[in-house]
Amino acid sequence: MKATIHITLKNGVLDPQGKAIENALGQLGFGGIDEVRQGKLIEINLSESDPEKAEAALTDMCEKLLANTVIENYQIHLDGEA
Amino acid sequence: MQASVIVFPGSNCDRDVAVCIEAAMRKAPLMAWHGDSDLPKSDLIILPGGFSYGDYLRCGSMAANSPIMREVVAQAKKGAAVLGICNGFQVLTECGLLPGVLMQNKGLNFVCRDTRLTVTNNKTAFTAQYDAGEEITVPVAHNEGNYFADDNTLKRLQDEDRIAFTYAEGDNPNGACLDIAGICDPSGRIVGMMPHPERRAEAALGGEDGKRMFSGIVEALS
Repeated sequence: MKATIHITLKNGVLDPQGKAIENALGQLGFGGIDEVRQGKLIEINLSESDPEKAEAALTDMCEKLLANTVIENYQIHLDGEA
Repeated sequence: MQASVIVFPGSNCDRDVAVCIEAAMRKAPLMAWHGDSDLPKSDLIILPGGFSYGDYLRCGSMAANSPIMREVVAQAKKGAAVLGICNGFQVLTECGLLPGVLMQNKGLNFVCRDTRLTVTNNKTAFTAQYDAGEEITVPVAHNEGNYFADDNTLKRLQDEDRIAFTYAEGDNPNGACLDIAGICDPSGRIVGMMPHPERRAEAALGGEDGKRMFSGIVEALS
């Protein structure tokens, strides 16, 4: 089973890289951009086939290592989910 | 007295800090490798600066989960004094011994220069040889030194007098909340700081302002 984890900075946490990208896009002439936030995407292939067990394991991974919940949120997507 | 310096792959200030410890206590510290799961009982543990595990994922996150850190956390909870410098500070926040997180510098650049620090708390295990409010000069060298914590945590740090060092007014190199350069745990035995006292610990390095961190902790533990 394949899982995709999106890690993003929480609202209100300054994102200097997102801000730099926003400025660069503006300099390239792209208008209408209100804000850019940069995050991480992590793909994990799991041998687990039970979605519930997979989700529980992935949540544990996010809490222990993949995300720093002081500043980051995470979203887990399992393959096959919308 | 037993002192240990933890060495991660990518640590690069471990030997500098060992020189400072040896000068202060007249005995070389133990150099403990990250993959070891045993750490001899230590009164003082130093987490040195560098780029542990290449700063992969988040600075300090891999090191915080290495086998030796389980031992460091266990000994810290039993009363060992712990100093995390730069990357070591990042490891201390990632493993939960200190609150908050070190984010990327506000200006997006690696900053390597002297900073003027105010010793905000001279009652920690490491800062007793400084005067309260004393201004010292210690260099920083980091890309992720921007201390961040939620408002409640910041207020708690202030209320409990747990801010050990602040950047002097107008000299904040990274955008850190409340100009925080270093903090401690409630007991004052666990200190994390972004500036490098080991790089300012003898006259040949441009000054000795950092030396009293090491002589101070050795005196406190002797």
